[in-house]
Amino acid sequence: MGRLRSLLIPGVDKQLLVRDATKLMPDLARRRFIAGGASFGALTLLTGCDVSDSFSADRMLAKISKFNDAVQAAIFNPYALAPTFPESAITKPFPFNAYYEVDDAPEIDGKTWKFEVRGLVDNKKSWTLDELYKLPQVKQVTRHICVEGWSAIGSWTGTPLRDFLKIVGADTRAKYCWFQCADKDGYNSPLDMETALHPQTQMSFKFADEILPRAYGFPMKIRVPTKLGFKNPKYVISMEVTNDYKGGYWEDQGYNSFSGN
Amino acid sequence: MSSLVASDEHTVPATAKVIQPAWVRIVHWINAVAMILMIMSGWQIYNASPLFGFSFSHSITLGGWLGGALLWHFAAMWLLMVNGLVYLALGIATGRFRKKLLPITPDGVISDVKAALTFKLAHDDLSRYNYVQKLLYAGIIVVGVVIVLSGLSIWKPVQLQYLTALFGGYDIARYVHFICMSAIVAFLIVHVALAVLVPKSLRAMIIGR
Repeated sequence: MGRLRSLLIPGVDKQLLVRDATKLMPDLARRRFIAGGASFGALTLLTGCDVSDSFSADRMLAKISKFNDAVQAAIFNPYALAPTFPESAITKPFPFNAYYEVDDAPEIDGKTWKFEVRGLVDNKKSWTLDELYKLPQVKQVTRHICVEGWSAIGSWTGTPLRDFLKIVGADTRAKYCWFQCADKDGYNSPLDMETALHPQTQMSFKFADEILPRAYGFPMKIRVPTKLGFKNPKYVISMEVTNDYKGGYWEDQGYNSFSGN
Repeated sequence: MSSLVASDEHTVPATAKVIQPAWVRIVHWINAVAMILMIMSGWQIYNASPLFGFSFSHSITLGGWLGGALLWHFAAMWLLMVNGLVYLALGIATGRFRKKLLPITPDGVISDVKAALTFKLAHDDLSRYNYVQKLLYAGIIVVGVVIVLSGLSIWKPVQLQYLTALFGGYDIARYVHFICMSAIVAFLIVHVALAVLVPKSLRAMIIGR
């Protein structure tokens, strides 16, 4: 800052200059810079408020996003089914998508993998893949919509999550099913109970009639056609039924938590 | 054309004549803010998965990254929609749309377009729109409705699936949304250029007369 101040040109609006300078910074540095310095002093001087409750665009946007969660939950129709498509409509090749390259996707041994069930359930046992494969399965061809805007139609086969929740004696009055995954950096995502109980929400074991390949989340993906793609966790290793909002990998970075379609 | 009709209205003194009533000015400027927020954040969202072979420069987008842009977009949408509904309701209830924008006749449009292209289109009476203005202002209201509906069908392709189907499906709705944005930006360029060329029109939108 000291160096910056000595460079200031007379007659140039300092705030505009700082704003231009922050635009040149990488995102993370910019956020920290704006939060920590640029807006701090200026805003407290202007408003005379205590710094902790001074206006912040980030905080306002986070509040509106929470409001949007509530609006989406209110308009969510548990009986409205996502449109289904004929097999001929399936997108080929179906895109791999993650925050890492496909080579960094988890390599899971199906023989040792176990699906841990925790929280507000009667039966907290862990499930092997063979046990899960014995549950009744259904197939559905639906559109996967990414938060980035692109979409692709795929075919997923597996057990409706609501059937599994019944089997494990989950308290379906709880607010969330919180999933943890084997992705590097530990992916996780909360799913609201109403969506978890939606008839098309599925524990998927197959893509296009084949055992789920590594790229698409072997051994298990939670397919939620009423949510954006990032709310469809892959490489799932555990589920906790809980009343607490425990956040998620992308949700914590600012993606809207409900993100319903 | 419109300048001829203007001579009928000398009963009200020119200085007292309110060209833009307060409600129009208020919704206009709220809409201006909402539109700019929606367009700039929309460009950042577009960049996450471009429909065409180009991206928008980071210097003209809002939000910094996809997540930030979505927060802006889904916040400003409330401002845009609520303000837009107030505008449509008052525009219909006060008869403003009927008085200002109708009728739009093909003959009137053709002769006013000719006049505009030969720089003969008068702007003497700001309270009356010529046929080019009528067409553009009525058209941009329609585009505004379509961009909101296509946006809703992209946002909620399951809950509002019939709306999405009306646009020909999710993927086509994205293109419709983009084309409407392009139309609004094109309108905005002409609109701002003319406001600068005819400063009293800008003054009327600020102080009313």
